[in-house]
Amino acid sequence: MSMNRREFMQMLAVAAASGFALNSRSALSADSTGGFYDLPAFGNVSLLHITDCHAQLLPIYFREPNVNIGLGQSLNKAPHIVGEKLLKAFGIRPGTREAHAFTYLDFENAARTYGKVGGFAHLSTLIKKIRASRPGALLLDGGDTWQGSATALWTKGQDMVDAGKLLGVDVMTGHWEFTLGAERVKQVVDNDFKGKVDFVAQNIKTNDFGDRVFQPYVIKHINDIPVAIIGQAFPYTPIANPRYMTPDWSFGIQDDNMQLVVNEARAKGAQVVVVLSHNGMDVDLKMASRVSGIDAIMGGHTHDGIPAPIIVKNAGGQTLVTNAGSNGKFLGVMDFEVKGGKVADIKYKLLPVFANLIEPDAEMTTLIKNVRAPYEAKLAEKLAVTEGTLYRRGNFNGTFDQLILDALMEVKGADAAFSPGFRWGTSLLPGEAITLEHVMDQTAITYPQTTLTEMTGETIKAIMEDVCDNLFNADPYKQQGGDMVRVGGISYTCDLRQSIGKRINNMMLNGKALDPNKKYKVAGWAPVSEGVTGEPIWDVVAGYLRDKKVIAPRKLNLPKLIGVEDNAGIA
Amino acid sequence: MNQLRRAFLKNAGAVGTVAVAIAAGLLKPGAVFAAAWNSLAFTAKDPAEAIKNAGYSGAAESSDIVIKAPDIAENGAVVPITATSNIPGTTSMAIFVEKNPAPLIADFAFSNGAEPYISTRVKMAKTSIVRVSVKAGGKNYTSSREVKVTIGGCGG
Repeated sequence: MSMNRREFMQMLAVAAASGFALNSRSALSADSTGGFYDLPAFGNVSLLHITDCHAQLLPIYFREPNVNIGLGQSLNKAPHIVGEKLLKAFGIRPGTREAHAFTYLDFENAARTYGKVGGFAHLSTLIKKIRASRPGALLLDGGDTWQGSATALWTKGQDMVDAGKLLGVDVMTGHWEFTLGAERVKQVVDNDFKGKVDFVAQNIKTNDFGDRVFQPYVIKHINDIPVAIIGQAFPYTPIANPRYMTPDWSFGIQDDNMQLVVNEARAKGAQVVVVLSHNGMDVDLKMASRVSGIDAIMGGHTHDGIPAPIIVKNAGGQTLVTNAGSNGKFLGVMDFEVKGGKVADIKYKLLPVFANLIEPDAEMTTLIKNVRAPYEAKLAEKLAVTEGTLYRRGNFNGTFDQLILDALMEVKGADAAFSPGFRWGTSLLPGEAITLEHVMDQTAITYPQTTLTEMTGETIKAIMEDVCDNLFNADPYKQQGGDMVRVGGISYTCDLRQSIGKRINNMMLNGKALDPNKKYKVAGWAPVSEGVTGEPIWDVVAGYLRDKKVIAPRKLNLPKLIGVEDNAGIA
Repeated sequence: MNQLRRAFLKNAGAVGTVAVAIAAGLLKPGAVFAAAWNSLAFTAKDPAEAIKNAGYSGAAESSDIVIKAPDIAENGAVVPITATSNIPGTTSMAIFVEKNPAPLIADFAFSNGAEPYISTRVKMAKTSIVRVSVKAGGKNYTSSREVKVTIGGCGG
């Protein structure tokens, strides 16, 4: 029997894992892991970055995508590189801890070997360690922090507000936070955060007079060096999420205003200018080419765990663009050497947070325990057992999304179903029990209503074309950063060489071509218009799971893709 | 902006603002009211016809017309469009939304050296080119950009 290279690497990984399992908690110092978290201090200004944790207080599994397609100027460039091509592009050895952190490769085995990732108690210990070697370092939170779990939903984000403060977040911007409603966000910013956390967003203004809603930026002194952190909230919040949640606020990219704010911060003496962004990486890359004077854009939204910064040239020199993944899986560390009033050098490391390498912080552990106590029993309900891996990430579908689609179609008696292309949601390994908590991790939003709507074939196609364009429009500024709407019941082809109206073709339902004029029953959830009623999605899915008890591996409904030959974004 | 000023402006409303502009000689009354209503231009269904009827044919592309509009509209019913003409001697500016049933949205005339700056909100049913055309020194100029209108949802 011969062993191929990948299997050999896996064997090595397993051997390594069993070797340090007994003393893994000592990994914070140099030890059997080779000092995984020993990051030599550098320079005189340090920024730590978390983003898109989606309220995951406890360690979780998270499978990175095997489909993240880039086209045109994004073709085969980060973040649109997956799997082995990503490892090669960033010089990461296959079969290692890092390879598992940054790719989907051999997910089940690697996840079992290296264990869960993230968790606020583990993150807290790691942040304290990094801060100890970097006096004055700031912790930046790129948002999508108050949404994504049952406890965040049921406490209106209070669990995450308290956890963020305890973690030591200094500056924050947002996206899903706004789906708790404008009033709730203001309440937290004006009370809980007052004097502790600066919530910044240069691109949110009032609809009527264009007044600022939040401070656009803050200047902090690190080792006596003035550092400006400018906030960029998710520009398309009122489009991607319900408008009625923030009826009086206008968002948008507003890169002309960004330039004004950068200039203002520089004029006030800022020697380092960093944008804490929730644009999504493609938008950040374009913005970095158009706005000058920014040293780095530390980004989120698109959940891209990118091992090294992307350097973008612009009129003022260059800007580094980073993206720090999701679900608490990573901590970004950016060190600046500031000399003679400006940045002379930058080092960056995106550290994966492996829970079994880090002793959880006691104070944070207590906070999490207290937050969960009232809900623990309810969340622990085992609804079914999964035989296959369940995950969400991927441009067109994920196995957990397929499960949601299957539940919607069966429970609602629908011909077809739509499920939003959200990028949050944790992963489950084969053999794991699916608890109510897992279902909430995929569905916990403030507009969870399910619907059953009669739509013509023409309308179905129009919706699919519209969402597909939000993903693949040639102009990053016209992309919204989510994934394609997940489609149940209808097979189709997707021609990525085309533009809106011409990408979605050959739509078939039960072996018959979809009739543009015929009406079909389509189930869905997460309506963005106001006043829609319907059973919450988690009840529909939980009911389905309780009924099935055992969930066989899902057969993904994926479109046949055209125009993706030699695309590094698909494995 | 202080709360008093905000309340005052809200109560005064749009009509008040236009009245002030007319009083100051910034807008010709004829450009605002029915007397000079260019029915042929405002009712034209085809963009080329609307442009022709409004007198903006044969315009040269100009980067001196700066259009500010969202890349994706937050609400197609009220899309904010702002435009400035940096072309000397600008006497009028018009906005066309090419995919609208009636593409000509507004035609503004400037007199007494008024700054050629316009800001308004337009209704858009679908993704379209938004064009701003300018008359200056007996010549026509134009610039355009696309504004996307989407059904929304599914982000993030």
